[in-house]
Amino acid sequence: MTSQRVGYAILIVLALVAPAFAYPVFLMKALCFALFACAFNLLLGYVGLMSFGHAMFFGMAGYFYGHVVKAWNMPPEIGLLAGVAGAAVLGLVTGALAIRRQGIYFAMITLAFAQMVYFFCVQAPFTGGEDGLQGIPRKPLFGVIPTKDDLVLYYVVLAIFLFGYAAIYRFIYSPFGQVLKAIRDNEQRALSLGYEADRYKLLAFVLSAALAGLAGATKAMVQQFATLTDVAASTSGEVVLMALVGGLGTIIGPVVGAFIIVTMQNYLAGFGQFVLVIQGAIFVVIVLAFRKGVVGEVMDWWKRRRSPST
Amino acid sequence: MADTLLKVTGLQAWYGESHILHGVDFEIGRGELVTLLGRNGAGKTTTLKSIMGIVGKRTGSITFEGEETVGQPSDKIARRGIAYCPEERGIFSSLNVDENLGLPPIVKPGGLSVEEIYKLFPNLLERRRSQGTKLSGGEQQMLAIGRILRTGADLLLLDEPTEGLAPVIVQRIGEIIRQLKARGFTILLVEQNFHFAATIADRHYVMEDGRVVDAIAAADVQQSIGKLQTYLGV
Repeated sequence: MTSQRVGYAILIVLALVAPAFAYPVFLMKALCFALFACAFNLLLGYVGLMSFGHAMFFGMAGYFYGHVVKAWNMPPEIGLLAGVAGAAVLGLVTGALAIRRQGIYFAMITLAFAQMVYFFCVQAPFTGGEDGLQGIPRKPLFGVIPTKDDLVLYYVVLAIFLFGYAAIYRFIYSPFGQVLKAIRDNEQRALSLGYEADRYKLLAFVLSAALAGLAGATKAMVQQFATLTDVAASTSGEVVLMALVGGLGTIIGPVVGAFIIVTMQNYLAGFGQFVLVIQGAIFVVIVLAFRKGVVGEVMDWWKRRRSPST
Repeated sequence: MADTLLKVTGLQAWYGESHILHGVDFEIGRGELVTLLGRNGAGKTTTLKSIMGIVGKRTGSITFEGEETVGQPSDKIARRGIAYCPEERGIFSSLNVDENLGLPPIVKPGGLSVEEIYKLFPNLLERRRSQGTKLSGGEQQMLAIGRILRTGADLLLLDEPTEGLAPVIVQRIGEIIRQLKARGFTILLVEQNFHFAATIADRHYVMEDGRVVDAIAAADVQQSIGKLQTYLGV
């Protein structure tokens, strides 16, 4: 579809010039959450599995990154790999158990695992407990790219985001992605055609965890700390909100949702805890009035405009 | 019967607490077209689902090409060469016609190519880019049948393929089923519509209360018509 290509081209140009108009650290944070939301949406939007514990991958990867880079004195690329690998392993273990159930049971199992991980992080010595893991140095990436410079780091983060986004895109439009959609539409039918649905779901779960880990590790690289907030249930809830606000089942939706939520948190920070109330209100309005999310509604409007007869 | 493809012995099946099949016995030879007849609730669909491994619990024996399949998961059974076309059709709503056709994995050589399937169902070719759920009932049924022809499965389980369709489409589906038999597919057909079944099948099994109670060869249908009417309540 050419209009889609044009859309992507405009977005990429916008992303490239964005640091001229907005604070790079804010943009990087938004990109990290955008990737996190895309990873989450891979599971909810395309497999129909609602995880309530995705923060465990996001937050743990931040700790892995911090520990590897700070305590083991490794370069950032190793830290990122450690974050992704750690999240993938965590995803494999929790996913293998969680995918045996669906709907609310799946959500509760993932929530339970996330709570376990949260309390592990409160207690474990290497996470710094309540203080978090602070002062992670920004070392040059691959030994040459000076990540101390926010502007340079912005383009690194943008590249990481685009890589993750492309991976998800590739995945969804592959034959594998079609089987996932078939499983979401009618699992029993997919089974009786010869697809071992559980294996497909587990692989999607692990991939989603790994990409959430990439987002979390990147965030730790940007902010130079890993905190309990990122493994907390509230973060798991936020990513649900981002995906819903942007639009489930559209690949770009969660990106838009993440930018809306992160921007809102940023500009409404002056209201303190009141932000949560505003977020809650927005959530209710979106779910009641725009069930398809911002992107879903815009796409519908666009389709209607182009073919007014139907 | 020359070569038995599927043999069902003492098959019992349950949905949760309800005991649906109470010992079903029958067999199908390679290349045959056999129907399961019976009233609503006799256990015809459950028999198909049991063969496919998608009921809650089943006991007894189902051998396919001499190998036991009771106890195996549905996806393994499908990979052995059994394909199931359910009554509700089960078209994947987010995939288009092409994608629905291309989705099932090839389990054996000898299946139809996508081109051959479109030749069999020209209506589908015209609608190949349409979402599965935007098709008419007849088109969905054709897609549901077409979809399982690509995999190379030897045994097709068709559950009421004519239900709720216009007479001309029923006729068309009858022709297609005959063509499939001519190509060597073995077909187990569940039908309410006896008049339709009688025109195409080699043999009929009659089910009542979760058991096979009678077997009637196509040649004997005329003389058994009174008996059949009692069985089916028509």
